[in-house]
Amino acid sequence: MEWLFALVLGVMTATGVFLTLRARTFPVVLGLTLLAYAVNLFLFAMGRLTVGMPAVIDEAAPGYADPLPQALVLTAIVIAFGMTAFLIVLALKARSELGNDHVDGLHMAADEVPVKRYKPTKEARRQKNEGVSS
Amino acid sequence: MNLLAFNLPVVALLPFLGAAIAAYAARFHRVASAWSAGLVTLLALALLAPALRYPFEGQTLIQSFNWIPSLGLDFAFRLDGLALLFSCLILIIGLLIIVYARYYLAAKDCMGRFYAYLMMFMGSMLGIALSENLILMVIFWELTSLSSFLLISYWQYRKDARQGARMALAITGAGGLAMLGGVMILGHIVGSYNLTDVLAAGALIRAHELYTVALVLILLGVFTKSAQFPFHFWLPHAMAAPTPVSAYLHSATMVKAGIFLLARLYPALSGTIEWMVLVSGAGLLTLLIGAYTALMKHDLKGLLAYSTVSHLGLITLLFGFSTHLAAVAAIFHIINHATFKASLFMVAGIVDHETGSRDMRKLSGLRRYMPHTMLLAIVAAAAMAGVPLLNGFLSKEMFFEQAVLAADTGLWLWAIPVLVTIAGIFSVAYSLRFVHDVFFGPEPKELIKTPHEPPRFMKIPVDLLVVICLAVGIVPALTVAPVLAVAVAGTLQATPPEYSLAIWHGFNLPLVMSMIALVAGVAVYRVRERLYRWHHTYIERIDAKRYFDALFWRVVALSEAITARVNRGSLQNAVAWVLGAALVAGVMGFALSSAPILGDLSTQRLDWVTFAAAAALMVACFATVIWHQRRLVALVTIGVVGLIVALGFVKFSAPDLALTQLSVEVVTIVLLLLALYFLPDRTPCEMGRGRIARDVALSAGSGIGVMVLAMAVLTRDFAPISDYFLENAVPGGGGTNVVNVILVDFRGLDTLGEIVVLAIAGIGIYALLEGMKLQAPTWDHFGRPWASDIHPPIMQTLTRLLLPLMLIVAVFIFLRGHNLPGGGFIAGLIAAVALIVQYLSNGIAWTSERIRFDMHTIIAAGLAIGTGTGLVAMALGYPFLTTAFTYLTWPIVGKFEVASALAFDLGVFMVVVGATVMILVRLGRVSLVSHGYIEPKQEQEEK
Repeated sequence: MEWLFALVLGVMTATGVFLTLRARTFPVVLGLTLLAYAVNLFLFAMGRLTVGMPAVIDEAAPGYADPLPQALVLTAIVIAFGMTAFLIVLALKARSELGNDHVDGLHMAADEVPVKRYKPTKEARRQKNEGVSS
Repeated sequence: MNLLAFNLPVVALLPFLGAAIAAYAARFHRVASAWSAGLVTLLALALLAPALRYPFEGQTLIQSFNWIPSLGLDFAFRLDGLALLFSCLILIIGLLIIVYARYYLAAKDCMGRFYAYLMMFMGSMLGIALSENLILMVIFWELTSLSSFLLISYWQYRKDARQGARMALAITGAGGLAMLGGVMILGHIVGSYNLTDVLAAGALIRAHELYTVALVLILLGVFTKSAQFPFHFWLPHAMAAPTPVSAYLHSATMVKAGIFLLARLYPALSGTIEWMVLVSGAGLLTLLIGAYTALMKHDLKGLLAYSTVSHLGLITLLFGFSTHLAAVAAIFHIINHATFKASLFMVAGIVDHETGSRDMRKLSGLRRYMPHTMLLAIVAAAAMAGVPLLNGFLSKEMFFEQAVLAADTGLWLWAIPVLVTIAGIFSVAYSLRFVHDVFFGPEPKELIKTPHEPPRFMKIPVDLLVVICLAVGIVPALTVAPVLAVAVAGTLQATPPEYSLAIWHGFNLPLVMSMIALVAGVAVYRVRERLYRWHHTYIERIDAKRYFDALFWRVVALSEAITARVNRGSLQNAVAWVLGAALVAGVMGFALSSAPILGDLSTQRLDWVTFAAAAALMVACFATVIWHQRRLVALVTIGVVGLIVALGFVKFSAPDLALTQLSVEVVTIVLLLLALYFLPDRTPCEMGRGRIARDVALSAGSGIGVMVLAMAVLTRDFAPISDYFLENAVPGGGGTNVVNVILVDFRGLDTLGEIVVLAIAGIGIYALLEGMKLQAPTWDHFGRPWASDIHPPIMQTLTRLLLPLMLIVAVFIFLRGHNLPGGGFIAGLIAAVALIVQYLSNGIAWTSERIRFDMHTIIAAGLAIGTGTGLVAMALGYPFLTTAFTYLTWPIVGKFEVASALAFDLGVFMVVVGATVMILVRLGRVSLVSHGYIEPKQEQEEK
């Protein structure tokens, strides 16, 4: 069980780090979200993995899960949300000010290939116009 | 309360308050800032006054408060004779300068800024004079460097002011750093940073093997601050400051800080060969170079600057002699120099102010226009030259006497009296030049203004100082003697030696030296033109500023080169460097430790359900990476990851976390979806195998590192500190849900901090989104138009039905939180989800009409409740955020518990709801604006 848990942590960290190193803001936010999961789980595991123990005081209970890391992680989850929200809005702000979503504020970095966009078909354009007018 | 228990720190800190007041007062009237600065200074003097009798009674007043005791840092102040002398000098001359500057500054100069800086400087300088703790003194020392920087660069539009300020900061700052090192060594030797201990341990310090290192470091601080050779060149460049600043900082007080430190540490450091060679060597060189260069300067302030350098050298030389009588002469000269040099600077300021020039080649014959000023200049300059019946004469005689005494010990030491007399000659010559070139001679021709006497209050400070020069010079025993005696006692930390302040000591060698200086000085002045030419041809090209600038720019270029190698302005690179460094540090830590990586705790058995879930999670992680360029898909897969993490919390006995994670996941995904609408739905492809390979290596390394680290922990047994919480949750916190009791009770302050952070994030996002307009996309990646029916009716109906149910669930979760899984955080998130779903399905306009709470108010109320429960506890005499609980028995409901923690949890609940809803709804509004449903203006009014 512990090996599996550690492996999951490793995978989450590795994927999180990889995405954090990307050049566009959205993948970076995703990467940081993954990293936040990994960090939360890591902190949580500091109380060791306890299966099937109660979390509330009960006289009949044979033992308890460690409540302290749980309390720490609970607030960490909420704060991570606050951070993600702030980051993504910062990304939006950067896009609105700079006109692109590159982490360095570039329009297109030298080592990037532009995304090929499909042009809307005539049919689609007509549908869209109808939708707006109706 | 006894004023004498705390007045010294108040005196030192009061000017800082005065700085704020002066800056603020300037908003109302420019002169108001001068008045407030003056009043604050008077108040500081009044506060200091009751303590003044202690030094005269031979006692040292010490006021000490703990600051960081573990570092040896006390907030400790002392008042002995030396501190008394300096603080009175600082306050009294400060007061005169404040009066003078009010008339000196032009209408276009910002008075508030000037007086704010000046008061900051005064506070820092008082801090140095009154500090008992050496580290505290270093802090104030740095503050004087900073405020001096601000004052020199007061006329920011002038290039020379900016450069002079930067040079002064670089040199005094570097010296301060060296001095900090020296002070640390002193503290290490003595075992205490308090002056009382350090001054008593002189023998111990001088015998210690680190003595020389400490001495050199401290002297670096002293020499840079007091402009001693070879660091003297910053002072003339600092003359770009307004003249009141030059008079105050660069003649009377700040440059004396180094001298002050020499005097302060005199009992601890002096008397060794190292001290004598270093201190008197630097002093003698500075004395000579300063005196010579002063004569060669055509600028009035340049002359005074170099003469200051020279006099500082004189004082340093006296301390270098290391005899008690020399120390008396040094202290005496500090007082005298402060009076005559401050008045000379003010005279220079007056001349500059009334004629528009400071160039002695243009100025002449001013005696007809400003006779009063001329009189002041003559007396002060005569004091500087050492003319009998003036204060400068007395201390100069003592100085010559000490020089002769020093020569007694060796034949070649006779060079000292000779060199000193030569410096005296130049000193007479430049004093003469100051008066004669400016006030005598033919009519001035090239002046832009017609000179006239300055306003009366510009002269009064100079009048006072000049009267002091005369009084001290004629009747020293009645004026300066008691202050001098007490200051000397404070410096030596012993009874002062026998000395005489009489004007006439009989016909002796010092008197002969004085007469030679006077006569030869006049002679040198007569041949000045030839000297200038010689100086211009041979010496002038040696300019210390050039070497300093070259060194400066070379250092800047070096640091830029290093920065350019490491930081190429790319966030990706920076992140890679940080991660790489962390990885290397982590691996090194493991590699260097001899302990086995894994512990010996046996692992638990794995069941196939867990395995399947974990496998799904890992697949989802990889899928997120592989599909990250298709952003919507990546968002779906990352949602899967979050949900499985929540399941994991269920599995490992953490129901609270599972609930939190689940609700946060919902909110996060909605948020990212909203944001994604405005971002491109595809990520461009990154080329370059090198970068991908580097990133894969970094992420694999981090992943493996974290995995090993986790295993290292998980296979080791440990003694948790949680037993305390488990045992005390019910008797101490009144709840059986230990996690919640920890959050709202044991670690309530942490939680308060967390909700404050959340509130700040919410408000920050609100501010970022204010007035933001983004282009809404019309087509998706494949060219399909976005659907135009925004609110599907089935979803509308369902969510409206669900709202009360969801809110009841939230209330339920909230109420039971203290005893069963739940609580303010989770309930808040659930309530937020309930509200957000309404906004999503019914539209913002429809929902806003019905939910009329302003989320700002809710956040504020939540924070107020959270803080309020803490304050109530304080009001009742318990520590902040102490909780209380009791059990009530009601009919039907039965026995239940009421805890004040519930009120705190309510605060948490409200902040979480408020912040979450505000963030999402605010983001939703952006889409409305972009679609043209609401105009940004209209939206403003709506609020």
